[in-house]
Amino acid sequence: MSRRLLLLLLPLGFLIVAMFLYQRLQHDPSARDSALMARPFPAFEATTLRDENRRIDQGLLEGEVTLVNVWGEWCPACKQEMPQLLELADHGIRMVGVNYRDTREKGMRFLGEYGDPFEVNIFDPEGDLGFDLGVYGAPETFLVDAGGVIRYHHKGYISPEDVTQRILPEVAKWR
Amino acid sequence: MALTGCFKAAWLPRCLVALALGVLAASALAGGIELREFDDPVLAQRYHDLTASMRCPLCENQAIGDSDSPISADMRERVYQMLQEGRSDSEIIHHMVARFGDYILYNPRLERRTYLLWGLPIGLGIVGFMIVLLVVRARRKASAKALSADERARLDALIDRRPS
Repeated sequence: MSRRLLLLLLPLGFLIVAMFLYQRLQHDPSARDSALMARPFPAFEATTLRDENRRIDQGLLEGEVTLVNVWGEWCPACKQEMPQLLELADHGIRMVGVNYRDTREKGMRFLGEYGDPFEVNIFDPEGDLGFDLGVYGAPETFLVDAGGVIRYHHKGYISPEDVTQRILPEVAKWR
Repeated sequence: MALTGCFKAAWLPRCLVALALGVLAASALAGGIELREFDDPVLAQRYHDLTASMRCPLCENQAIGDSDSPISADMRERVYQMLQEGRSDSEIIHHMVARFGDYILYNPRLERRTYLLWGLPIGLGIVGFMIVLLVVRARRKASAKALSADERARLDALIDRRPS
């Protein structure tokens, strides 16, 4: 009797483990939630890309749902996603940029060339804010709600499909 | 050392050593992993252990101490700064996990979410041990049963009948 039970349990256990492993095999190992999800946007003090005398801090992100896009002139995917960011701005979404590990000159040239969907750009030449945001490769985009809390994180390039299938629904959800 | 000298047998070991050192130095430079000076060997050891225990968030499976990605360099720099400020290992690890997530830890922390992960090997070990124990006891019981007088007589008869 117990041997028969064992003969039944062993393949069953094997099957469960195999199904679990197979399911994880379909999973993209680089896809994971930001550690800052549902946390307040990190505190920072910086100047803006355009104006080195204008000082801004995290209070900038309170009061309205905002998309924060981390970009740099050196980042090819940032150039490719610019049309999508301009489209999002056309939808009336407030866009704030983080000019990450860049120089003022290069950043300004980038905006002149590829368009400027941003209300303001936080100038982050040393990548301090990027570090506190857990950014490990631009572009990355964060959705911050009106209370200044991070609600959605998009790692990497935003494709035209991402705009309609991911970003716009998330914005609608938190507005 | 002239390279042609390497073809003489007597020079070969020295050439190999020189070559190995050259490759090491070149990879250290090309890899872009900076060498840091510590006055305190304990701090140097902690720096080494910390950067070996954290996974680079960008490069799938490389410790930040081995990786030449920009984010790993930033993280090493932060570990170095925090060590110089006299922060504890757990403070530094917490600082990193708060930004980059549990993903960066090669050894996940023990918390409610990871009880199963840490407990399963121990649990399976106990279950295996119990199975072995039960099997051994069952076998011992079976062999302890002596033959009855009737069975012994039949056994003897069978052995006698064997052609010799």
